[in-house]
Formats: sequence, C-alpha cells, structure tokens
Amino acid sequence: MIRIGKYVLYDILRSRFVILYTALLLIVSFSMYSLDSDAGKSTLSLLNIILLVVPLVSVVFTTIHFFNSYEFIELLLSQPVNRKTIFLAEFFSVAFALNCAFFIGVGIPVMILNFSESAVYLILSGLLLTLVFVALAFAAAVFTRDKAKGIGIALLFWFYFTLIYDGLILYIIYSFSDYPMEKVTLIMVSLNPVDLARIIILLKLDVSALMGYTGAFYKNFFGSSLGIIYSLLFLLLWIVAPVLFAIRKFARKDI
Amino acid sequence: MITVSDLNKRFGKLNVLQSITVDFQSGQSYAMIGPNGSGKTTLIKCILGMVLPDSGIINVHGHSIANDWSYRNHIGYMPQIGRYPEQMKIGQIFDMIRDLRKDQSSLDEDLIREFKLDQMKDKRMHTLSGGTRQKVSASLAFLFNPSILILDEPTAGLDPIATEALKEKILSESSKKKLFLITSHIMSDLDELSSHMVYLDEGKILFKDSIELLKEETGEVKLGRAVATIMRRNITQTLHV
Repeated sequence: MIRIGKYVLYDILRSRFVILYTALLLIVSFSMYSLDSDAGKSTLSLLNIILLVVPLVSVVFTTIHFFNSYEFIELLLSQPVNRKTIFLAEFFSVAFALNCAFFIGVGIPVMILNFSESAVYLILSGLLLTLVFVALAFAAAVFTRDKAKGIGIALLFWFYFTLIYDGLILYIIYSFSDYPMEKVTLIMVSLNPVDLARIIILLKLDVSALMGYTGAFYKNFFGSSLGIIYSLLFLLLWIVAPVLFAIRKFARKDI
Repeated sequence: MITVSDLNKRFGKLNVLQSITVDFQSGQSYAMIGPNGSGKTTLIKCILGMVLPDSGIINVHGHSIANDWSYRNHIGYMPQIGRYPEQMKIGQIFDMIRDLRKDQSSLDEDLIREFKLDQMKDKRMHTLSGGTRQKVSASLAFLFNPSILILDEPTAGLDPIATEALKEKILSESSKKKLFLITSHIMSDLDELSSHMVYLDEGKILFKDSIELLKEETGEVKLGRAVATIMRRNITQTLHV
C-alpha cells in the first residue's frame, strides 16, 4: 500500500493544488488573528471559515483526483495488486495530503498565535472533518462512472451538511417547539459531521450560547468532556462508514 | 492455462457474455475474433479481474480467480487502448510497475530496446502518439516474462517496423510453452501468430478449433477466407432453421 501511496502522493504534489490550498489557509489564519485582539473571537471566526472551506475543498479535490487517476487505477488493476490496497492507498494519500495542508495552514499559525485547549480542538476537528469529507467524496466518486455526476453528488453532501441541514433542524425545532425536543435534536446533530465538529470547539470555547438552542442544550445534557468524547466517536463513525461502503463498492466495480 | 466455465455478464440490459465455456491450453496461441462489440474485450477483462462476471468460474493455472489477485503475476496484458497517468514519464511508468512487482527476478527488456523506449525515458505520457503508447503497453506486457500473455489488438496503430518486431517477439515467446490470447481484426497477422481460433459473436462462442483444421475443412489457404466461409455457412444454417 505504501508503495502505491508513494506514487499517488507524487501525483497529488505535482498538481500544486494542495500547495495553493495550504497558502490560502495560512493567509486566512494569520489575517483572522491580526484582525481582532481577542484571540477567542479570532478562533471563532476562523472556525466559521474552516467549517465552510475545509469540507468544500476536501470534497472537490477528492472527486476530481479520483476521476483523474482512473488511468492509474486501470493500469494497476492489470498488475498483481489487490483492489482494496489500491483503494486504501488512494484514500490515505489524499487524506494525508489534505491533512498536511490543514495542519500547516491552520494548525501551525494557531499554535503560534493562540495556543490553548480550544485551539487544539480546532485543529483536531479540522483534521477529522477533512477525513470525513474525503471519505464521503470517495464514496460518491466510486458510486458513479460519470465524472460530472460524481462531483455533483459530492457537492450535494457539502451543501446538505453545511447549509441545508441547519435550516432543517431549525425548522423542525420551531414547528415542534411545544414538545420536548432535547433528545431529538441530539440525534439530529449527531447525523451531521459539520455540527459535530462545531460543537467540539464551541463547548471548549465556552460560547455555546452563540449557537443557540442546540448548543446550550448539548452542554447541559452532556457536560463538556463526555460531549466531546461522544462527538469524536460519531465523527470517527462518519469516516469509517463511507470508507467501508466505498471499499465494498470499489471491489465490485467494473473498470 | 485458463479455463472459463459458464461465464455470464450483463451491462444493464445488454447481455455481453452468455454462458461462455472455453479453455485455453499452455503452449498454444489463440486468436480471438469477432465483430465489434461481440464481447472479446469484456471476456479478456473478466480474465484479468477488471470486470466482475455475474456468474461463472474462471480458473488460471488451476486456481479460481475470484477474490484473488496474485494470479496476475502470471499474466502480461496489453490493452487495446493503453491509458496511462498523463503526467508520468515513460521511465517512471516502467520504474513504478517494476517496483510493484519487485518479487520477479527475470526481466525481459527486449521490446524496450527494440522500440528504443529507453532513449525517450523522459517523455511524458501525454506527449506520446498512439503508436508509442502501444509500444509502451507491449513492452510492459512482456517485461516480467509471464506465462500467459493477453494482447488486445496488439498491432493496431503500430508502424510496420514495430509490427514486425512485435510479431517476431510473439513467435519467439510462443515457442517457450507460453499461452497467448490475441484479439485482432487483421487476419493475416493472426494467421501467422496463432494456432487456434475462437470466434465470438453477440456474447457467445460460435466456433473454436485449430486453424489447420479450419483451413482443411473449408479448403481455403488463408485464414481470412476460411473464417468468411465458416461464417457464411453459419448464417445459412440459422436461416434454414
């Protein structure tokens, strides 16, 4: 797997996209901390940008990369190589490249400018979120033969989880406001990796009131540390489940 | 050797392969012919594990290939259209495949030298012409001295000199107890290269026999004419039924 991964990584680095992404993240992180003297506020603004940008870039880059390496995969499949090995090499190389970009672009500036517990969680959840959306994008890309359709499905994941889902939650809470909705919101939040990542950081930043109803409830219901373990576990599930689905699909795909 | 039994494959509504049962013996060279879209490439891709059949069993050297990949150590494959990572250089492609198949000691670099590919190691794949890609594909197929060689339209797109070089290579290798599976539409090539013929049409094997026998039966000297005679006979038979 490492042998194949080496070539995939080489190919990714050649395209320079990851380097641009790193630079973009570096600029965003440094500018956020120079805009406001309150480091907590800066972290919060950075969080909001990360929650939008990281999933989007992960999704788009992964699907485009997968469809562009179709020839490479075809070539490998006529060689004595296991399909699962090829898939995992692809997955880990993309995940590694994007996570490196995130770590250099956000992790290092945050650690230099505002090293705190919340910063550590910001980095951790950014890394996990990258993995989640790389996994989802791989599942979408393996699912279809058509490049446009693959990218479309992957983008739909992004739209759904970053934009549509919150609206849905608000709508449901609002329409059923006469009923006790605590447990329902908890379940609904767990079904969205972006919300999970946001909650990890908000609980640490102690600004859960900013997130309104869900955040306040979440804090009460769990207490900080248990809530974080719970959401970390769910995020892991959000990585493992799409990867397993994609492996199964890839093993039976006609190339 | 390869044995295929009761192989079926559908692509949506299209029945690409219908209960194909056939065996290919080591030391023989099989010409696989048939109209476009008759399922030749799909059958080859099934043997390579790139397309997964809906039902049926394929054995390579006596072992089922289902859920296995190590059997591809014995196979050299030259695709119809060689598709390669566009950004990689010729030399890098060879190095990568060599790296993946490290365990194999005896390398056969005759074709690389013959096609002078070692002199253009630094050319990127996207700058290559179709013929040069075919040369890369052919050299890769022969590189690891495999006991089975599957060549999908090997001479299409090659210049006359390269075609002759490749044909010579195929002839010299087939005398070494290797199994060749060649598809082509150029009958004169197949006449020179192969000992047996398999005729595929609409996903079914219509005919499989040795070429000598075929010629004897039809009374023709050239393979192309013999095949045409057989086909005509088949058509009239189906018309009478």
